Amino acid sequence: MTTIEMARTRRDVPLGRRRRMPAWGWLLVVLVGLAVVSAIRLFSDASNLTSAGAIEAAIAAAVPIALAGLSGLWSERAGVVNIGLEGMMILGTFGAGWAGYQWGPWAGAFFGIVCGALGGLLHGLATITFGVDHIISGVAINIVAPGITLFLSELLFTNAPGGGQRQSPPVSDVFKITINGLTDWLGTIESKDWFFLSDLAGIVRGMTTQLSALSLLAAILIAASGYVLWRTRFGLRLRSCGEAPYAAESLGVNVIRYKYAAVTISGALAGLAGAFLVVGLKFQDGQTRGLGFIGLAAMIFGNWRPGGLAIGAGLFGYTDGVRLYDSTSTAMHAVVLLLAVALVIVAALQLRRGNRMVALSGLIIAALAAWWYFSIDQVPRQLVVAAPYTITLLVMGLASQRLRMPKADGLIYRKGEH
Amino acid sequence: MSHPESAGHPGGGGAGTATGTPPAVRLTGITKRFPGVVANSDITFTVAPGTVHALVGENGAGKSTLMKTLYGMHKPDEGTIEIDGRVVTFGSPADAIAVGIGMVHQHFMLADNLTVWENIVLGSEPVGWRGIDAAGAIAKIDDLAGRYGLQVDPRALVENLGVGARQRVEILKVLYRGARILILDEPTAVLVPQEVDELFDNLRELKSEGLTIIFISHKLDEVRAIADEITVIRRGTTVGTADPRSVTNRQLAEMMVGSELPVPELRDSTVTDQVVLELIGVSSTDEDGRAVLSDVSLTIHAGEILGIAGVEGNGQAELVDAIMGIRPLSAGHVLLRGVDVTGKSTLARREAGVGFIPEDRHRQGLILEGSLWENRILGHQTRAPASNGWLLTRSAARADTRRIVEQFDVRTPGIEVKASSLSGGNQQKLIVGREMSSDPVLLIAAHPTRGVDVGAQAAIWEHLRHARADGLAVLLISADLEELIGMSDTISVILRGRLVGRYDPHHVTPEQLGSAMTGAGGEGAESPAGADLAAGNEAGEAGL
Amino acid sequence: MGGLSGRRIWLGVAAPVTALVGAGIIIVILLLATGHNPFDAFSAMGGAYSDPSVVTGAINQTTVFYLSAVAVAIGFKMNLFNIGVDGQYRIAALVAAAVAGAAFMSSLPSVLRIILTLLVAVLVGGVWAGIAGWLRVTRGVSEVISTIMLNSIATALIAYLLTPDRLAILMGNNVSTRPITDGGQVPNFDIGTGTPLFSLILLAALVGVAYWFLLNRTVFGFSIKATGLSETAAVASGISVKKMMFAAMVLSGAVAGLVGMPELLNGISGSYSLNFQTGIGFTGIAIALLGRNHPVGIVFASALWSFLASSSNALQSVQVPKELVTIMQGIIVLLVVIAYEIVRRAGIVLEQRDVARQLAVTAAREEVAA
Repeated sequence: MTTIEMARTRRDVPLGRRRRMPAWGWLLVVLVGLAVVSAIRLFSDASNLTSAGAIEAAIAAAVPIALAGLSGLWSERAGVVNIGLEGMMILGTFGAGWAGYQWGPWAGAFFGIVCGALGGLLHGLATITFGVDHIISGVAINIVAPGITLFLSELLFTNAPGGGQRQSPPVSDVFKITINGLTDWLGTIESKDWFFLSDLAGIVRGMTTQLSALSLLAAILIAASGYVLWRTRFGLRLRSCGEAPYAAESLGVNVIRYKYAAVTISGALAGLAGAFLVVGLKFQDGQTRGLGFIGLAAMIFGNWRPGGLAIGAGLFGYTDGVRLYDSTSTAMHAVVLLLAVALVIVAALQLRRGNRMVALSGLIIAALAAWWYFSIDQVPRQLVVAAPYTITLLVMGLASQRLRMPKADGLIYRKGEH
Repeated sequence: MSHPESAGHPGGGGAGTATGTPPAVRLTGITKRFPGVVANSDITFTVAPGTVHALVGENGAGKSTLMKTLYGMHKPDEGTIEIDGRVVTFGSPADAIAVGIGMVHQHFMLADNLTVWENIVLGSEPVGWRGIDAAGAIAKIDDLAGRYGLQVDPRALVENLGVGARQRVEILKVLYRGARILILDEPTAVLVPQEVDELFDNLRELKSEGLTIIFISHKLDEVRAIADEITVIRRGTTVGTADPRSVTNRQLAEMMVGSELPVPELRDSTVTDQVVLELIGVSSTDEDGRAVLSDVSLTIHAGEILGIAGVEGNGQAELVDAIMGIRPLSAGHVLLRGVDVTGKSTLARREAGVGFIPEDRHRQGLILEGSLWENRILGHQTRAPASNGWLLTRSAARADTRRIVEQFDVRTPGIEVKASSLSGGNQQKLIVGREMSSDPVLLIAAHPTRGVDVGAQAAIWEHLRHARADGLAVLLISADLEELIGMSDTISVILRGRLVGRYDPHHVTPEQLGSAMTGAGGEGAESPAGADLAAGNEAGEAGL
Repeated sequence: MGGLSGRRIWLGVAAPVTALVGAGIIIVILLLATGHNPFDAFSAMGGAYSDPSVVTGAINQTTVFYLSAVAVAIGFKMNLFNIGVDGQYRIAALVAAAVAGAAFMSSLPSVLRIILTLLVAVLVGGVWAGIAGWLRVTRGVSEVISTIMLNSIATALIAYLLTPDRLAILMGNNVSTRPITDGGQVPNFDIGTGTPLFSLILLAALVGVAYWFLLNRTVFGFSIKATGLSETAAVASGISVKKMMFAAMVLSGAVAGLVGMPELLNGISGSYSLNFQTGIGFTGIAIALLGRNHPVGIVFASALWSFLASSSNALQSVQVPKELVTIMQGIIVLLVVIAYEIVRRAGIVLEQRDVARQLAVTAAREEVAA
């Protein structure tokens, strides 16, 4: 068995990873994708598909979702399902509003993080120490959090200048990054309405104009999370708690401590996601709008990986951002066509893998989308809202997904009970 | 209760004390209670340094509990632990690791989704300026592996490893931490004879380097082959020590269970010419499209037990799933009493008379949180006495559960208790009783006696013999080659999803089976051909 | 799974009582910390019930909560987390309201109109949940994600359909479906409290009994429970997990479809408008968890929830924010499950000890006999 098996298992696998598409492969996918988008933009005259403004709006919409997804990633990698991150986000919005209007946006962000982390600790206390079902604890936190924030906001904000029973006084914004010379030059290219180049310019300009320092921070946090979780001792131990806690325990890893660390970091990130919504605006009741759940969806979509969840958050953020920025709804109209084209591509890929039924359903939906595109001039205003959710459902239903959650995710761990 | 003369006074065999060096391990008066049971009571156990010391006892005797105590996984209620002459107390495995104790668990403690090197260094990772020093760790593992002959690829994902390789990873984990005292809990349970020999070579290598090894087992031949000294444990307490050079299996069994061990054996052939199960060219693939079963054909007659031998993970579980209708086939047919059931559901097959003793009773055989009578319904939910098709007939189900408890000697205070509160042997007897209800024609028995006490083992073998005599066709899958050889009318070997040979159990040795199971060349190569002749007419029929 | 003994009942009651007391203590601390008088707050809440119409209103709300919680519980019994009850009941209520208010209905007999309305609601709820069930079964899409998405899609779809040229008409400055005419609604019980008692409380009771019967007496219910407790064992037993999942999801959605019916068929407006109650699906999750997915447990849980909620307005008279009640509800959910968990562990220990003791007695007797 030994020699044969050795021969079978010895592959050149990069450290800690499985085989992946090479970097140039990804680049090719991105370039082809952009070309398709560009063609559709020209065809349907929907400049907002790739205009700098729409991209800016998309980034603003994607960041809180990505942070929420990252929050879920930290927790679930250590084996704790965190459906309560919506509640922790709400705690974050309150902390950010309370500290933000008094001491400025960075203090707000900091207190948002602290409040979120406290929520995480509560989740840890319930799930890790008391062994409560993770979902139940999460649901309870989602009930308590809005209750306690409104309770406190009535007490603290009602008489504050510019505040109210259900909202804090305004919070100023963090600094925004704009690379002046570059954006002007890109703006010129963008306005030429060229194929591909104008789109690329619009996207790059969107990313380099009025970029919030917090957005930059979020991007850094995503990369840092990947590094910490997959390249450091702390990360390896934390992941081992989510994969095989009893194995970790048998090697002297203090599983409980790592799980607590993970849910606290998770809460802190959720708090930051909440703070992001508040900074530059104010705390408001119902501000999170279920973004925590969307973040969780983005994380699952991204297969419990930082890069994947960033793509998922980008997908949500893009459709949501374009919708918000696009007052005439022409871009959303074009998105319908974009969807049809994307579905045809997915169907072709599925057909190559032999999944005929999936390919067929993809083609049928694509045909319906195309028909809808040509039979209307504008997507009804009320339905535009549903775009990101519908697209996500379609992607998850039709794309081939080999999702793999951490093996001990959601399982209750009790020390020494194996 | 009579002890053979070789049974010394408990704990008296400490060879180390005689020479003046303190024993590597000395446990004195260890007692460990769990709710309702005393798992260990007043255990005394001494291991001399640089020796292989075997701890034997039947399933449930308390061996694992004792070793968990020694490894710091729980604290003893009473008693002291001495390592190299110093009294220690362990709050966690980390403390035990710190004094040089390492444990290779019976159920591998590995994270499937991590690589081999990650699993090995976990808990004592070498750290460089930019995170874990992966290259350093891999070099050290390669070095250790080379030194002790424990070949394994540090970069492979554990998920892709076979049983033998996983065990080597477990041993490397322990060595990586510089352990001087190794505890191996039932290490041979999942290995074929050749792998056992390989493991024993490794252990001798380790012993010659001065390491102390505690070897837990209930396989007496193996124990006598490797151990320098034997301690026997029974019903939670030590009953004596023995010298492996002079003690016989019979004497050891006497100490372990108070009587001889049950022997798996069949009486006269009851094989009829009535075909019950026939597989024709059955193939199946996994999610990635890799073949897990390739062109499997076999036939089982009424009154015949067909044994399947194979290293774990070579398609046994998939074969069972294919017969049960749990796994879709990519090609081939399954015929039950001449009727093609290939497209039929698991339920339809069960209703047609297939009984199923699954491999993992906790995951597949029982609902642990359900009462015994609710577990009686499981798998029979559409048939009397469990239901009338739509509504449950609870009193009839309860009555029939009482019958099973009575007839199959399930030790329980009642049928309302949860299945989880029964011992492993009694859970398994309940399952066997259930699956033999409603007049089955075919019984799929996957590892029917794994992890049960000798009493239950003997009972289950007896039930299989009865069933065979009554004309039941049985497919028996087991990792215990003695059980296979003793309880089968024919043995087929499965390797990488193919049936690679048929053997007559009267003429095959465990070593020959082991060779065939690993696909080793040399002496194993001609066996299948010879065996095909020995199996005679049936081999011919399988080709239909 | 089942069976009752004195000890089990005692343990079962101990947990919720401990949790309620614990929640009370935490609330007292919170009130003291924010400079309120806990006694005033509690007596204001208690005082709210001196108004019989508040009590009747709370019972009516209990009916609605109960239906929602049963819908969630059906999913939970199979380890399916139907977060989508919220979307399911809203879209079902909208379509049912549109059908019930449609002109052709006026010519039909009253009973038929009501049955038709309920049927449409059940159907729409079932179909909407069925999408998630289908995606889960055929494509392995987690129902947690798909139902979250379907909730948002339902919100958008309702906004789209609830416009004057589609399913709605303009009523003053509010849009709503065409109000149900006489005979399309179900008469209420007038119990002389000023607020009539919803007659659809009987429907909720019926749903509860059906839920209990299904789970404990039928093969289908056994299969659902078995799958929820151990999917692997269910597969080995010939239970088609996929079919069960789909069926449970559709059934959950069908019951969810009924959630909006008391308000529609018993309520004053008799139509679906922007003022229609939202968020009950999420409340149902908490109540199902609080009631341990048990048909009777959920009754108590929904009553507790509803009575707490209806006392919240009284808090304002003593200058305490009414969100205090929400905090209380959340804490109770958390503490109840913690208490249950502790009790459950104690119960397992006790049972194992019993089994060991009884077996030891039998063994001793056997040895004496031998």
